[in-house]
Amino acid sequence: MERALAYRRLIIIGIFLAVGLIFTARLIYVQILVDKYILSANNNVLRYITQYPARGLIFDRNGKLLVYNEAAYDLMVIPRQAKNIDTAELCRLIGIDKDEFTRRMIKARNYSPYRQSIFEAQITRENYGFLEEKLFRFPGFFVQSRTLRKYTYSIAAHTFGYIGEASPDIIEGDSYYRSGDYIGVNGIEKSYESLLRGEKGMKVRVVDVLNRDKGSFQEGKYDTLAYAGTDLYSSLDEDLQEYGEKLMANKKGSIVAIEPSTGEILCMITSPTYDPNLLVGNIRRKNYRNLVLDTIYQPLFNRALMAMYPPGSTFKLVDALVGQQEGVLFPTTTYGCPGGFSIGNGKMVGCHSHPSPLNLKGAIQISCNTYFCRVFRSIIDNSSYTSTRQAYEHWRKEVMSFGLGRKLGLDVTGELNGNIPSPAYYDKYHGKDRWRSMTIISLGIGQGEIGITPLQLANLAATISNRGWYHIPHIIRAIGKKDSINPGFTEKKFTDVNPAYFDIVVEGMADVVSEGTARASKIDSIDFCGKTGTAQNPHGKNHSIFIAFAPKLNTKIAISVVVENAGFGAAWAAPIASLMLEKYLKRKVSRKDLEERMMNADLIHGINTGNEIGKGHFLPD
Amino acid sequence: MKSEKGIFYRIDLVLVSLYLALVLMGWLNIYAAVYNDSHQSITDLHQKYGKQMVFILASLVLAISILIIDPKFFSQFSYFIYGFFLLMSVVVIFAGREIAGSKSWFAIGGFGIQPAEFAKMATALALAKFLGYLDRNIKHPRTLVIAVSIIILPALLILLEHDTGSALVFFCFVLVLYRAGLSGYVLLALLVIPVLGVLALIINKYILVATLFTISGLIYLRSRRRARTLMIALAIFLASSGLVFSVHFAVNHVLEPHQRQRINVLLGNNTDLKGAGYNVNQSLIAIGSGRFWGKGFLQGTQTKYNFVPEQSTDFIFCTVGEEHGFIGSFIVIALFLGLMIRILMNADRQRSKFSRLYGYGVASLIFIHFGINIGMALGILPVIGIPLPFFSYGGSSLWAFTILLFIFIRQDAMRNELV
Repeated sequence: MERALAYRRLIIIGIFLAVGLIFTARLIYVQILVDKYILSANNNVLRYITQYPARGLIFDRNGKLLVYNEAAYDLMVIPRQAKNIDTAELCRLIGIDKDEFTRRMIKARNYSPYRQSIFEAQITRENYGFLEEKLFRFPGFFVQSRTLRKYTYSIAAHTFGYIGEASPDIIEGDSYYRSGDYIGVNGIEKSYESLLRGEKGMKVRVVDVLNRDKGSFQEGKYDTLAYAGTDLYSSLDEDLQEYGEKLMANKKGSIVAIEPSTGEILCMITSPTYDPNLLVGNIRRKNYRNLVLDTIYQPLFNRALMAMYPPGSTFKLVDALVGQQEGVLFPTTTYGCPGGFSIGNGKMVGCHSHPSPLNLKGAIQISCNTYFCRVFRSIIDNSSYTSTRQAYEHWRKEVMSFGLGRKLGLDVTGELNGNIPSPAYYDKYHGKDRWRSMTIISLGIGQGEIGITPLQLANLAATISNRGWYHIPHIIRAIGKKDSINPGFTEKKFTDVNPAYFDIVVEGMADVVSEGTARASKIDSIDFCGKTGTAQNPHGKNHSIFIAFAPKLNTKIAISVVVENAGFGAAWAAPIASLMLEKYLKRKVSRKDLEERMMNADLIHGINTGNEIGKGHFLPD
Repeated sequence: MKSEKGIFYRIDLVLVSLYLALVLMGWLNIYAAVYNDSHQSITDLHQKYGKQMVFILASLVLAISILIIDPKFFSQFSYFIYGFFLLMSVVVIFAGREIAGSKSWFAIGGFGIQPAEFAKMATALALAKFLGYLDRNIKHPRTLVIAVSIIILPALLILLEHDTGSALVFFCFVLVLYRAGLSGYVLLALLVIPVLGVLALIINKYILVATLFTISGLIYLRSRRRARTLMIALAIFLASSGLVFSVHFAVNHVLEPHQRQRINVLLGNNTDLKGAGYNVNQSLIAIGSGRFWGKGFLQGTQTKYNFVPEQSTDFIFCTVGEEHGFIGSFIVIALFLGLMIRILMNADRQRSKFSRLYGYGVASLIFIHFGINIGMALGILPVIGIPLPFFSYGGSSLWAFTILLFIFIRQDAMRNELV
């Protein structure tokens, strides 16, 4: 049988040979008979040019342009294709020397001989013109354009944030970004990155071996359009922000203002600050280093969101509300003040001298420490609760419902929680359940381990003006179109305190301004409400704090001002707040003397170091 | 080579020379494909050509070892080897590393080992062993079923690894079955079916079916018009029509998207810029630009600029085409044909049925890889990623094929004995 099947070998060999023949024929066709492949080889280099869209613009609440884009041009090179270059000429055109040229070519080649690298970043507009004309003489080189951020006004640097090159981690995690692409690093630029960045497009061009552009590939069949970024309308009032930054010059602290009916942030000021135009493009790296190295004034530190202070007397308002809610405090509740509140062991919480006794309204107006220590005590020692711990937990929950001790949900990065100490904290410090109202009495007057950010203080003022609710504060009021609403911020957040209890507190705050601790800061023809605070600072002079809202009826603005190391709340924070309110409501300020005094006051220099630095706004060296 | 028991002069030096020639040319072309100015030493171990050199040295050691071993070892342990690599193919599904969509590699040290490559060789052994018994008659259904199972089992496992290309190559064993006595009509059918399938994608279905009807009718009429022939003609017509109609369905619903895309590219339906279409287009450009004499060693612009992807593995033939032109390409094809035909000629002079059938297995395996790989590079077949034996970069492939070939050379050296 084997013999009989031997012929099959021939058939199989036949199949092999047939295939070999087909291949040979095909080779003859492709290699010898037809020209198109050899031609294609010379001509078929494709170049993918990314189309970078314009980044979304940012406007203020009145439509003023705050952040816009400027075109920048990068000179790119593909090392493999850069042959027969008149190096001297190119150096002359760009403005570098021969050694630098060699250095950059080596760097590009090390990255990849076949892929494009940036050879010269951000050529000026003029140079770009000269260069474009002559670029055909330099195979392997071409220009790619992109946009940089420009700021019309040198304000709100921390809030806007800045953009930088995407880091390798980001590139790995998100396929949209490639090496060299820009991405928002912080502030609005980061939070709204996906809207601001738009969508990249792609143009496919055919270039020959000498890198000459031969037109678009397949008539643009594979091109994709770039989509410009979405514009954002912020709630900031440019006038107000600029004014506030001037008032805060040469001081450490912050101003935050909110529109209570919407939660829109009217201004968010941190001082010391810097010109946002410093962190753009080429100069960013150097300027950033300078700013970071300034450890004394820390201009990059966003105090409005990230600095925590003990609220001092401003916290008395919260105690007043919680006390009423708990049923241990009434508008008629009266306590006398013998100059202080004794906490045992011969220690005392001191109080300044004032008429005595006081009811609730009076206690707010005068800011009596004794009164509020007693209020706090009655909240914590409330017999309806079985233990100090339980009472404290209730108190804490009610306090946190004002947006304190937790993040509010701002639409910009960097918000801090603040701190309302938990029972566990006291357990750890004093031993489990071995603490009583007297141990933590300083909470009654806003001192101690309690920490609140300026944003939270402003939100507190807004909440009180609304009689017990707030909208989550946000910076961007509209997306895309001027009258669209930024969703997610329309829900009212209610506190745990009954609205009925707010009126008396508001009256007290009005009295603070008309006759009380802030009477020096009252404004002609505007009735507003406020509360002073002086935060104790173990490292230096106390911080001056003031919260307010105006007008008393139909409130348009709630504000918090913190000035570090400035002493009493009434001394610096109140006048500044008052000026801000006047500026916002009347559009101009009549108290020029006060304005001048506030603007020119320098509270930070000459105290710490011998560094000779500019006045509050930082310039590059 | 050691001179031992006088086998030296029985070893077919032609086969060994062909092997060495292909391996060497492959190595030089890998160097050319991967070459760039900054790494010039051909022995640089960080580059593929350096690694290939190591693989080659290792495979020479393998080859010599096989030549020394008593060939009875292979026939006795055929099933064992087969079982072992089947097991490895299962294990790799769980323990393997996923590369480019298929989970077919073990990562050991800095290298990867593909059990699939060795499974091909093991199947040739097992199949030859099974059919190698003198009284085995493939016309018995039971024999046929088992033989087919031996072939299909590893193929299925490889499919589970998502390596469709490697699974396809197992079809080549039908040639072994044919040589062992399987009806020639089966072979014919296997050749006709893909042709028909392709036609079905190009030509209108109904025209095709009508043509088939006519052909079947003619066959019947020209035959002796017996009832049996009518049944057969009818069966063929129905089967092929069924095929025609189901091809569309299969292509659109059974194949994975990238596979469908490759077929579309082949048919010219889709000039996919960045995907499979790009590969083939670049490949043709590279080969075509070589013209008659080629551009010269290390002078290929398409390869130098990295336009052809997978140049050192699937598309290694492009480097030959571009740098050595028609002359070079033809020589490579001739060498492969020479190798395969020589193996077949030697196979038939084996006294042992096992050795003969194994030889056919070797030639068939080499043939199908040769056919698919070069066919793909020339744009005749859709892109199916399988290596060119002895040529493409890769340890597993080189070792598996070396072992495959040298087992046969070893047996051939004792061709007059029963193994």
